[in-house]
Amino acid sequence: MTASRLQLPVVDREQRLTEIRRQAEERGRVESRGIRPAGAPFPRASVETGYYGIPLLKRPAWTWEIPLYFFVGGAAGASAVVGAIANYTGADRRLVRDARWIAAAGSIISPALLISDLGRPERFYNMLRVFKPQSPMSVGVWTLLGFSGGSVAAAFAGSMRKRYGESLPIRVVENAGEAASLLFGLPFSNYTGVLIGATAIPAWNENAGELPMHFGMSGLAASVGLLELMGHRRSRALQMLGLGAAVFECWEEWKLESRKSSALQPLKHGPSGGIVRAGGFLSGPLPLALRAASILSGGNSAKLRKWAAISAIAGSLLTRIAWVHAGHVSAQDWREPLKVRE
Amino acid sequence: MGVTAFLTDSTLCIGCKACEVACKEWNGVSEDGLDWSGFSYDNTGAVGHSTWRHVKFVENAPEPGFGGNAAELNSWSFSSDVCKHCENAGCLEACPTGAIVRTEFGGVFVQPDICNGCGYCVVSCPFGVVEKNPDDGRAFKCTFCYDRQKVGLKPACAKACPTESIKFGEIETLRADAQARVEELHQRGMDDANLYDPTETSVGGTHAMFIVRGDARAYNLPPKPEVPTIYLKKAWTSSAIGAALLLGGTLAAFLADRPRRRR
Repeated sequence: MTASRLQLPVVDREQRLTEIRRQAEERGRVESRGIRPAGAPFPRASVETGYYGIPLLKRPAWTWEIPLYFFVGGAAGASAVVGAIANYTGADRRLVRDARWIAAAGSIISPALLISDLGRPERFYNMLRVFKPQSPMSVGVWTLLGFSGGSVAAAFAGSMRKRYGESLPIRVVENAGEAASLLFGLPFSNYTGVLIGATAIPAWNENAGELPMHFGMSGLAASVGLLELMGHRRSRALQMLGLGAAVFECWEEWKLESRKSSALQPLKHGPSGGIVRAGGFLSGPLPLALRAASILSGGNSAKLRKWAAISAIAGSLLTRIAWVHAGHVSAQDWREPLKVRE
Repeated sequence: MGVTAFLTDSTLCIGCKACEVACKEWNGVSEDGLDWSGFSYDNTGAVGHSTWRHVKFVENAPEPGFGGNAAELNSWSFSSDVCKHCENAGCLEACPTGAIVRTEFGGVFVQPDICNGCGYCVVSCPFGVVEKNPDDGRAFKCTFCYDRQKVGLKPACAKACPTESIKFGEIETLRADAQARVEELHQRGMDDANLYDPTETSVGGTHAMFIVRGDARAYNLPPKPEVPTIYLKKAWTSSAIGAALLLGGTLAAFLADRPRRRR
């Protein structure tokens, strides 16, 4: 309230002032309830309440690019493995080509997402100053570099061969690129689980032993789903892989639900827990049921597989978003690092 | 001076925040607004990218007899928080650019000309110290006044502290001083005085020790801080199993599919 504004006297309040004066004169003291400032009672610092409940840990500084990168990288890494193995076992050429293109697209989108998340994107090359085995991000950067080079080379050489015919240099580049994308694709598909598992965030490091496997299988499910949406809905190998990934994801969810630890709260309760469960449902039970149904009902198989594929892709994306979000919630909870539990 | 450390003694701190001001002025750290938090006289909240020293105000139950407190007034503990400069520093291990280094004085220093703002140190600090500045893009924290130590000067906060609550010196000397100080406080009746220096955990001790009264958790000091590298073995094992499952599963699926296709 500004001092310059003219205030008209209010009868009640003027009377109250007179009353206070009278009490003071008669009794030497004035009794009143006092006033209650906005926000009172203020929290106190103690072992039970923490330091005013101010979070001890800092929230991840990552933006929307990072969960999307986890999804893209996982799908691309698994696609490189699927493409290379399909090629080595002499599977359908179109399947090999499409898997390679997913890997190549992912290996271009991934660094773009990572660089745009940096606070100083123009300094991204500083990542290549050092190789630190004890830093999962450093290991991941070098893995991504090898994976990107291999995947792009294999896809590029493949398309050159189609256009200009067979030649030795093209074959060498294609085979070397494919081998590199397989070799680097294996860790690339799941290292993001190590990346967030080996941190100070309780909900993440409590799952350090599960996250890489979980993310890797989620990447495989997304890769299979993308290939199926690209038209490979008759491949029995993809059906088996999709089935296997869905079973594995069900198992991961069951393990998460059956473990009891206060650090897991953000993964089970509240909105963040809801997103984790929704991601889990779309990754595990739903595609499992749809795939089982498509196997049992031969005729409608392709349509059911399409829905299983869509569910698995959505589940994989939602799972990464859910885990990153749960990390934010976990970092805000001062009780966990202080080991205070009611 | 060889390997150095801070010893912050909350029993001497008067909550004047001279260390916060001195730190900001010497290091040119930006102002971060003035919001009334309602948390005692602490309007800063926590250390972060724009706060490298932070005075905590912990109000305790009335305690007549100490410091001439009137019986109805809360007794106060103030403690100036700072980057712990861990012996095994999570931020340093995590940094993928090598921007975070250990200096010859034992401190952990973020080189501002190298950092590219990936933010991985932020989630790797068990004390929630280092933070990314969203305006600048890079991560910042206490530099342990590396520039001042280089030329033989005390860090700005220690120099500005009017009660020598922030002591600076050679680490082993300070450890001995800290033990002696805690014993002295016990003799004077402050039975709850204790030293916070997590040497027993994977962090392996810090270059910023704190003498506090009562449970250190009331000061947001974690009882068991762990450097995240301890989770690496478990995580990479899981990654290897995941890779083996992916390779084996894919191989099995395509090999099983082969005879049928060839028919």
